[in-house]
Amino acid sequence: MFSILRSIWLTFLHIFHKTETVEYPEVKPYLAPRYRGRIVLTRDADKNERCVACYLCAAACPVDCISLQAAEDESGRRYPEFFRINFSRCIFCGFCEEACPTYAIQLIPDFEMAEYDRQNMVYEKKHLLISGEGKYPGYNFYKNAGVDMGVKGKGTGENEEMPVDVKGIMP
Amino acid sequence: MKILLIIAGVLLIALSIAAGLIWVERRLLALWQDRLGPNRVGPFGVAQVIADTVKLLFKEDWVPPFSDKPVFIMAPGILMITILLTFAVLPFGPNFYVFDSNIGILFFLGNSSLGVYSIVLGGWASNNKYALIGAMRASAQMLTYEVFMGLSLMGVVMMADSFSFCTIVEAQKGGWFIIPQFFGFVVFFIAGIAETHRLPFDIPEAEGELIAGYHSEYSGFKFGMFFVGEYLGITLISAIIATLFFGGWLGPSFLPPVFWFLLKTFFFIGLFILLRASLPRPRYDQLMKLGWKVLFPLALINLIVTGAVLIFLK
Amino acid sequence: MNIFFYIAAVVAIISTIMAISGKNAIHSLLFLILSLLAVSVIFYLLNAPFIAALEVIIYAGAIMVLFIFVTMMLNVGIENKNGNKLTNPRKWIVSSILAAILLVDFILALKNVPASPSVDQVILPKQVGISLFSTYLLAVEIAAILLMAGVIGAYHLGSQKKKVTHRFLEKK
Repeated sequence: MFSILRSIWLTFLHIFHKTETVEYPEVKPYLAPRYRGRIVLTRDADKNERCVACYLCAAACPVDCISLQAAEDESGRRYPEFFRINFSRCIFCGFCEEACPTYAIQLIPDFEMAEYDRQNMVYEKKHLLISGEGKYPGYNFYKNAGVDMGVKGKGTGENEEMPVDVKGIMP
Repeated sequence: MKILLIIAGVLLIALSIAAGLIWVERRLLALWQDRLGPNRVGPFGVAQVIADTVKLLFKEDWVPPFSDKPVFIMAPGILMITILLTFAVLPFGPNFYVFDSNIGILFFLGNSSLGVYSIVLGGWASNNKYALIGAMRASAQMLTYEVFMGLSLMGVVMMADSFSFCTIVEAQKGGWFIIPQFFGFVVFFIAGIAETHRLPFDIPEAEGELIAGYHSEYSGFKFGMFFVGEYLGITLISAIIATLFFGGWLGPSFLPPVFWFLLKTFFFIGLFILLRASLPRPRYDQLMKLGWKVLFPLALINLIVTGAVLIFLK
Repeated sequence: MNIFFYIAAVVAIISTIMAISGKNAIHSLLFLILSLLAVSVIFYLLNAPFIAALEVIIYAGAIMVLFIFVTMMLNVGIENKNGNKLTNPRKWIVSSILAAILLVDFILALKNVPASPSVDQVILPKQVGISLFSTYLLAVEIAAILLMAGVIGAYHLGSQKKKVTHRFLEKK
């Protein structure tokens, strides 16, 4: 009985509390950099695409909203011929970002992507690809990878030793 | 001619309060939950009422093919008619009433007991199990609470020596009936919440358990009738509490009497909404236990003590 | 006044006929409620507002709700598949003879008794209460005893015995 009256009184006192509501379109709330919003494809510092079309993001995607086709340019570097994300299926889980070995695919703090036509929710590569480096500036996959793709010679990476001469007999 | 003007005035006040409550309730609930509530349509969101009405009017008015059509269509109307009829005997001011019946309180009780049909028939005609369960809960709950709703008012009737609302208000010139009839007020207030099946006693329409209870199959304007009927019920119960226990239109003369009446009514409407904001819904058997084991004896004791004191003072 | 009486009377008669001839139980009950409301209007026109209000509160408001409640729970509302046995004349011949006797009795009684003089003035609830607790005190007390028996019976039927042992351990 007393506790009921007390809870009524305490609720009444909430009149004098500050409202928690953020009036959204006028006042934008702060979103952390790690917020999982719209998906982008980033480029490395040399303005080349980071994506190597390894299909790991498409495999990791629990709702199968990513589709891409790998291709190779004249120097042998892999890139996606097309890269398509259906955002009407995407659940913004961020698994693709975790799966990506080259930090190419990233989720950014932007969620304002409502459309009147559902077909407009399908983003092609030209919509996804941005000119910046996203959350990992200066990172270049080929600087850490073993292959020579014109970024660095074989065995000249930071944590890399020269390739072993398999024909020699020295240990 | 004058009577027509008064009828129009009463209808205008009752319906505009009930419609405005759609907005007021959401704003007040938001206030007590540290939110803002609807504030986009019009200044402070007042035009939300109009927007909601337009939305309800233009929704598809669907009658389920498996329903009992005449009863299904009739049910929401009964609620509106019974509640609006009760406003006829309610005095808004010294000369501002449609007719001063000498059985005013009984008229209110009769209408509120007929209002049960709206919910019972609505739930039954929907031919839906959740609606039926809601209707059965509603009928049991409202029958129970009607008993001591009537009993709790009898103390007031004995003190004022009349069933007429006007005479009861006149009898409170020496002091409001809230002081001698405090327990009658408590019982009537709780029974009023149960009668309008508002939270925390919204067991017939408990969303978490029964989807929406008796009006799950209703859409469009028929649902709107139930919706506005609920707010009309709150307005009615608040107005009756203000009339019977808080002196109706009586008050200092620097404001017109109608204003005092509406002020008291709005206070109790606010209290109704505060209860919704603060209390959880009890279980069904807890509600019935509270009714029969606490409120019913309380109303009876109140009745007996009031009678004994009145005879002693005579 | 008369025209209102005739409207209410016609409504009462038609709705009663609909109530006893209808096949849908709930619809019949609704017509019965309508008939009770019409009767309460007639009471009001006869200057007995208290009885009119009680007719609405008790009969239309409480008892008929219980009827509808039970009909809803038994789910007999939609149709009677076994055929309407009431059309068999042997079922209702006794009751109609009894009703006819009552009707003749009623007409004779109406003929002999002059119109009640108290109809001219409005009978207020107070007068009803005073006469109930003075002239008809015995009837009120008998009714109270009857209700008390009903309450005790309901308590006996509704009371639950607390189970002490688990149902697996109970002896058959």
